[in-house]
Amino acid sequence: MKLKEIVEKLNLEVKSAPEMLDKEVTGGYVSDLLSDVMANAREGNIWVTLQIHQNIVAVASLKEIRGIILVNNRQPDEDTLQKAIHEKIPILVSKLSTFELVGKLYQLPITS
Amino acid sequence: MLKIFNTDLHIHTCLSPCGDLDMTPKRIINTAKSKKLDIIGICDHNSAENVLISKKIGKTFEITVIGGIEITTSEEVHLLALFDNDDDLLKLQELVYENLPGVNDENAFGLQLVVNEDDEIVRHNQRLLIGATKLTIEKCVEAIHSLNGIAIASHIDREGFGIIGQLGFIPEGLELDAVEISPNITKDKLTVKEFPVITGSDAHFLADIGKTWTQFSLKKPMVKEIKKALLKTTLKI
Repeated sequence: MKLKEIVEKLNLEVKSAPEMLDKEVTGGYVSDLLSDVMANAREGNIWVTLQIHQNIVAVASLKEIRGIILVNNRQPDEDTLQKAIHEKIPILVSKLSTFELVGKLYQLPITS
Repeated sequence: MLKIFNTDLHIHTCLSPCGDLDMTPKRIINTAKSKKLDIIGICDHNSAENVLISKKIGKTFEITVIGGIEITTSEEVHLLALFDNDDDLLKLQELVYENLPGVNDENAFGLQLVVNEDDEIVRHNQRLLIGATKLTIEKCVEAIHSLNGIAIASHIDREGFGIIGQLGFIPEGLELDAVEISPNITKDKLTVKEFPVITGSDAHFLADIGKTWTQFSLKKPMVKEIKKALLKTTLKI
């Protein structure tokens, strides 16, 4: 499923890199511990987290993660946003809590 | 006889992947001098490889450089470890390295430069310094104290990598010597009352050095004396 469709279906606010929304998402990972994401997230994943500092962009870029969904309407720090624009990593914001968001995300045809 | 020392214990060099490339020891010390700082702490992420050169340059410029490391614990909490003795510091670095998996990706995270006193690059540190060690915060504090250092929880007002943001609260029985607040808040806004509070710049850019500092009244500019001052907790920040 394309990132663009996920954005539409889950009503996400696109904060950066709208030009990257045509990419295919092949799975997901949910974690707030960056070392865990670095160890276990896979290329093509969408990543759900509440962390908003700029290291999330570096991790996403390194792991070739398609996009980062921030939950609870949490807004990225300004330096996070600048880095995401520069690195072309879509940061997407959801008003939902992690539990609700992942519940909806899991019902979408995203094959891991 | 106690003297007042303007102290910024939390400065990163170009060894930290997120540190600006201008953050060479020489430039840091020049800037610290111009900001009228008496003591600076060099605390790079999970490494102390620019400390000895910083100390050497500090001597020339008559500014005290304290050697330290900002450890990332297994809970992804940032913790400052500061030492008087270089051997103790290097022993801690060894422990950190033994427990720090991964290799740096310079494109994703940034360059990690070890430099000499002329600002020339000696080597690129290849370890994943931005990563987390496998050491719990309790283990880190214990190791720091066993090596005669002091342990200070970094920028506890900040969500990212601050102890309260990561753990929700400061674990009971954790023997921190102090907590640090970032330039973003003032001491009166802090709800933590159990620990002495210091403030440091956490500078990653030259312009941020000395953005905030702590005034210590000390006999000598040493960690040993800072520890005594913290026990008295009459700090002006």
